[in-house]
Amino acid sequence: MEFEEDDLSGEGSKWYRRRLSGILTKTKDKKATPDGLWEKCSRCKTVVPSKDWIANYYVCPSCQYHDRIGSREYFEILFDNNKFTELDPGLSSGDPLQFTDTAPYTDRIKAAQRKTGLVDAVRTATGKMNDFKLVVSCMDFAFVGGSMGSVVGEKIARGIDYSLEHNIPFLMISKSGGARMMEAAFSLMQMAKTSAKLALLHKAGIPYISLITNPTTGGVTASFAMLGDMNIAEPEALIGFAGPRVIRETIGKDLPKGFQSSEFLLEHGFLDFIVPRTELKEKLTTVLKHIWDKKTHK
Amino acid sequence: MADTQWLDFEKDIVELHEQLAKARETHEKGKLDMTDMIQGLEEKIEEAKKHVYNNLTGWQKVQISRHPDRPYTLDYIENIATDFIELHGDRHVKDDKAIVGGFASIDGETFMIIGQQKGRNTKQRQMRNFGMPNPEGYRKALRLMKLAEKFKKPIITFIDTPGASPGLEAEERGQGEAIARNLFEMATLEVPVICIVIGEGASGGALGIGIGDRVLMMQYTWYSVISPESCSSILWRTWDKKELAAEALKLSATDMLGNGLIDGIIEEPLGGAHHDTATAFKAVKAAIKKEYKALKTLSPDELVNKRIAKFSNMGVYEVLES
Ligand SMILES: [Zn+2]
Repeated sequence: MEFEEDDLSGEGSKWYRRRLSGILTKTKDKKATPDGLWEKCSRCKTVVPSKDWIANYYVCPSCQYHDRIGSREYFEILFDNNKFTELDPGLSSGDPLQFTDTAPYTDRIKAAQRKTGLVDAVRTATGKMNDFKLVVSCMDFAFVGGSMGSVVGEKIARGIDYSLEHNIPFLMISKSGGARMMEAAFSLMQMAKTSAKLALLHKAGIPYISLITNPTTGGVTASFAMLGDMNIAEPEALIGFAGPRVIRETIGKDLPKGFQSSEFLLEHGFLDFIVPRTELKEKLTTVLKHIWDKKTHK
Repeated sequence: MADTQWLDFEKDIVELHEQLAKARETHEKGKLDMTDMIQGLEEKIEEAKKHVYNNLTGWQKVQISRHPDRPYTLDYIENIATDFIELHGDRHVKDDKAIVGGFASIDGETFMIIGQQKGRNTKQRQMRNFGMPNPEGYRKALRLMKLAEKFKKPIITFIDTPGASPGLEAEERGQGEAIARNLFEMATLEVPVICIVIGEGASGGALGIGIGDRVLMMQYTWYSVISPESCSSILWRTWDKKELAAEALKLSATDMLGNGLIDGIIEEPLGGAHHDTATAFKAVKAAIKKEYKALKTLSPDELVNKRIAKFSNMGVYEVLES
């Protein structure tokens, strides 16, 4: 139900690469491709030119490690020509409980906003994916561990409302340590809110696809992430309810290899399929072709 | 009261009780007439109780919510309902004994009553897994709720859990999916749902049976996203800040009502339900009857729409100027 401590500071320090825009976008000037920048895979340590790394969707060409990316990269991967309209970009955290632990919650939020350039841990956008209209809510782990507070719940709920209103399929990309403790029970109730909205989407017969990425735990797993018409995941993502540390402490033993991985969940019947990021857009398009008429949206 | 396990902050009350016991003993042996002293001590005890229990901290309420003598789900069922038919199993894996449920009658009206169940002794605690359900517990609860819906019977859930069970098997069998499914399905149940926190309301494990038209908390219970101990260990990186964490989380019934996250509070006997269980049972039964009376006038659509609207309105945020 909680994010692990290390995630408070986000992912920033781990990566020395610069964020590069336009590599996946054919319309952008290819001359902007910066030669001479390199990426080192954090798993197999292979060094790859940054442009190749990015052109391969931030996936290591050598060991297929899926580097952690955010909403910006996913939108670029999914939306045709990187064209989309962001919904409710201005929703920002309140501090309903005047929460202070070792620092005031409002300070943590401001620091996270400065550091990431994001407003909170989820962004919602609508646009076209291979001509299918689509609403996508995508979590950003860099923002306080992708934790779910009121803003995350509300933005997802509004994204679902938009899908309902316009009859457009909904895609959720989860990546979160779970609930945001500093919003306590407000954060808990976002699980109820998002699940209730998904029940309405279900009744309306509109597709909901849940893409689960590394890592997804706690209250996010125990609400919208597991409620897709199809639950799919990137390879080797950590997906679970209780975090591995909590389970290890509870059972007093090391966890089996591969426990709580995408492959483990697939084997136990909780995922429909695993999709490498390089095939994501095409696979999603194929799914929609089977179940959705792209002309039906309002 | 002699066998009661007292909590650390009840020290003054305990001392007065001991003095009272001695005075009574002396009096009964006929050595001295202690009538005045006994009466004085009894008054002092009442004052001390009021002083202690009307000024409880968040952490002290958590302690009361976990008191081993508090009534549990089966105690409420036994004392407020009749003709309880317990129904077992999720039809897939097993019967999770951390959640109990079945049809029962309250003053002639049939309800589906479901709740987390803790144990009273070591053996029972193990059998009940300390009130921490596994996925099959949530799936059993859902099966029973759908059964109630089929027969148009209202549902009561009693929430009392330190959390959903964390473990290898719970993860293998999809703890996250089981809870998520309940949130999703409970949102659209076409019968009245009344949820009552009778002890601990820890996180998704509590919410998994907590989507109701009315969500009530008993006076000395807690409900939040995490226990104060775990919150302390994560945010303060020590287990010693649980008192601070309990305050910061605003997890008490009064805070939860003030924040619009629950619909009402059921008053308990001074000091907690275990001090006077008969009064606690009466209060819970009265609350159920009152809420049900209002809910049964609503159509299935009205119930579902209002329930979804209520949870959809929970959250506090700002809108930045773009
Ligand atoms: Zn690699």
